[in-house]
Amino acid sequence: MVQPLLVEEHPLDGLIRADRMPHIWCPGCGIGIVMRCYAQAIINSGIDIEKHVVVSGIGCSGRVAGYMNIDSYHTTHGRGIPFAVGLKLANPELCVTVFSGDGDLAAIGGNHLIHAARRNIDITVICANNFNYGMTGGQMGPTTPYGALSTTSVYGCPEHPFNLVNLLAAAGANFVSRWTTIHVRQVIDDVLYAFNKPGFSFIEVLAPCPIGFGKSNDLEQGVDETLLYRERCVHEPDTALDKLGIDLREDQPIYVGRFVDREAPAYQPIRLEVEK
Amino acid sequence: MTSSHILTGRYFMNGDHACAEGAIAAGCRFFGGYPITPSTEIAEHLSSRMPQIGGVYIQMEDEMGSMATVLGASAAGARAMTATSGPGFSLMMENIGLAAMMEIPCLVVNVQRGSPSTGLPTLPGQADVMQARWGSHGDYGVVAYAPWSPQEFFDLTVHSFNVADRYRIPVLLLADEVVGHMVERVEIPEADKIPHWGRKRPIGSKKEFKPFEAIDDDLVPPLAHAGEGYRLHFTGLTHDERGYPDMSADTHQVLVSRLVEKINRNPKDLIRTETFHLEGARIVVIAFGSTARSARRAVRVARERGLPVGFLRLISIWPFPEQLIRELAQDVDAFVMAEMNLGQMIREVERHVEQPVLGVNHAGGAMLAPEPILEAIEKVANNGSTSSR
Amino acid sequence: MKVFARTPVNLGEFKIPRGRVYLILERCKGCNLCIEFCPQQVLQVSEMTNEKGYHYPEIRSDREDACVNCEFCTMVCPEFAIYTLEVEE
Repeated sequence: MVQPLLVEEHPLDGLIRADRMPHIWCPGCGIGIVMRCYAQAIINSGIDIEKHVVVSGIGCSGRVAGYMNIDSYHTTHGRGIPFAVGLKLANPELCVTVFSGDGDLAAIGGNHLIHAARRNIDITVICANNFNYGMTGGQMGPTTPYGALSTTSVYGCPEHPFNLVNLLAAAGANFVSRWTTIHVRQVIDDVLYAFNKPGFSFIEVLAPCPIGFGKSNDLEQGVDETLLYRERCVHEPDTALDKLGIDLREDQPIYVGRFVDREAPAYQPIRLEVEK
Repeated sequence: MTSSHILTGRYFMNGDHACAEGAIAAGCRFFGGYPITPSTEIAEHLSSRMPQIGGVYIQMEDEMGSMATVLGASAAGARAMTATSGPGFSLMMENIGLAAMMEIPCLVVNVQRGSPSTGLPTLPGQADVMQARWGSHGDYGVVAYAPWSPQEFFDLTVHSFNVADRYRIPVLLLADEVVGHMVERVEIPEADKIPHWGRKRPIGSKKEFKPFEAIDDDLVPPLAHAGEGYRLHFTGLTHDERGYPDMSADTHQVLVSRLVEKINRNPKDLIRTETFHLEGARIVVIAFGSTARSARRAVRVARERGLPVGFLRLISIWPFPEQLIRELAQDVDAFVMAEMNLGQMIREVERHVEQPVLGVNHAGGAMLAPEPILEAIEKVANNGSTSSR
Repeated sequence: MKVFARTPVNLGEFKIPRGRVYLILERCKGCNLCIEFCPQQVLQVSEMTNEKGYHYPEIRSDREDACVNCEFCTMVCPEFAIYTLEVEE
């Protein structure tokens, strides 16, 4: 048995609020992994850290803003995107990222999600999709698969989930991709790509929620769900968008990749050339 | 703020447009809103004016988005506002609370209409005044003004941005449909005549700066914006002086007390009233907004009939001018409170005076006429509780 | 016509990197992701625990020099608790 070298600091500590570590997320939860990918993308972006701003809503992933050592705003439930729209339009130099969860973005924040995508607002949205409301203890959410168990669907979820990629593609986002917490390199690349891509970018990252969705659906540990990702994921970016639904319980493929990458013009407030 | 954006001059303008021009004169360069009668003209006017002055007009998908986007813009340094009416005002409540908790300055205009619910969209009401005070959940300081003319709508918009920036709060401007849609003369002064207090900005090292540390006795911390290298953290969670979440009752007590006290502690800047004929008055009529126009008329007529009556117009609804009311109560026998609701501000008056307060009320939908106010004055005068001269 | 052919790698010159594992003990929550997904099976669950009682990763004695600094453990750790640095020969 050989001990790894015990140290006090992590190379990314400058970019996260190390004075608030360890964070609150449960052992095996995937949100920390996605946040790390976001932090790495910030470093790789070459964009001045002062210009990076993160906005998050409410929920487990809503706490990301509090752990990032950059300008960060932890807003009300579902209102991260409009808050970010205000930031970006008031100061277009800012590289604004919204980092939140499936419930925050697609349920209570759904109206803002589809309209910001329709307008093609130049922000990046990272959605940690763990198929349930984790913070409040594991209730079903807008992406909980049909029939899946949760603390509010003890007889099986009676609703069909959003296929977020298809939803955002239809709404008008310029860039939509989906990965999981095992595709760490691809997530870093896509967040970086989104920083530099004008218009609305949406990156869905499937993440384990061991105490919530996992426990209720035979995925006790984060490792179990991550192994399932490795087993089931299929990288076929030109899969038909309406085939991208997810059901972790059935033995179906989980399609990952970049599904939408187009060049619609990003939202611009009207500016008239008024003689000064 | 180049003067070309401020349309100095004399106009014949409706109240909503006057509010919009007031915002531009105050340096507002961001409007996020959603159309709703009777405030839509504010949005319409700004949607054509903002592109001329390098500002942003964005029409959001709902009022929750409108309020959130205003906060984001203000956090990035812009003077930002929204305008709505009752139904939208209700939808904005949670994020008005966020503005209070994050101490992000902004302006929320509520051109009140007949309420509750869909009510009377095209007709006036004044029944949102208590919602303005207590609408969002929790204790927080509130400043709300009520204009009674297009000119005052312009002036109070300018003033509200100053108060919002100075105290890092959402200021509420409670007009009503009459003031919003009436057309009257509006004078827009020269640029240098328009007061601009500006935001208290941080000084010193960015590393040591604490975004929620009240370094002065006005209890208002300096405001840093996104993109300036302060590595800010703003959260709706209870937070300490660094802005870090802190789930302790002690921190909560300190923070929330400050949010309330920073308003209570500074009445001079905030409270605004106007008084008429108070000399020798034994009865005082109180009113605000468009109702105050009828009240002033009723007081004049009553005066001509030799009744010892004066008039107090509330320009600031919140904070309520309780000290002035208590002073008036020393030599007054009765009060009359006229408002286009079934009795809301009357509760505040009653809280501070021993004398009877006779309410003149109407649920809304039509401007209160002078006659019912005059009858109330005479009723109070005649039932002997006043020593007429 | 340009032929895109894969040129064979000369393993002799190709230097396989070597890495060393660093651990911030108290941040580890024993989720085992690094252990499970290390492509070189360098890590195993330690008998010991940190202050919070989580079993942290340790290096298997038979895999001591197997780390090739691929950084997968660094990237898949949710706690910012583990990382590797290249060892300069």
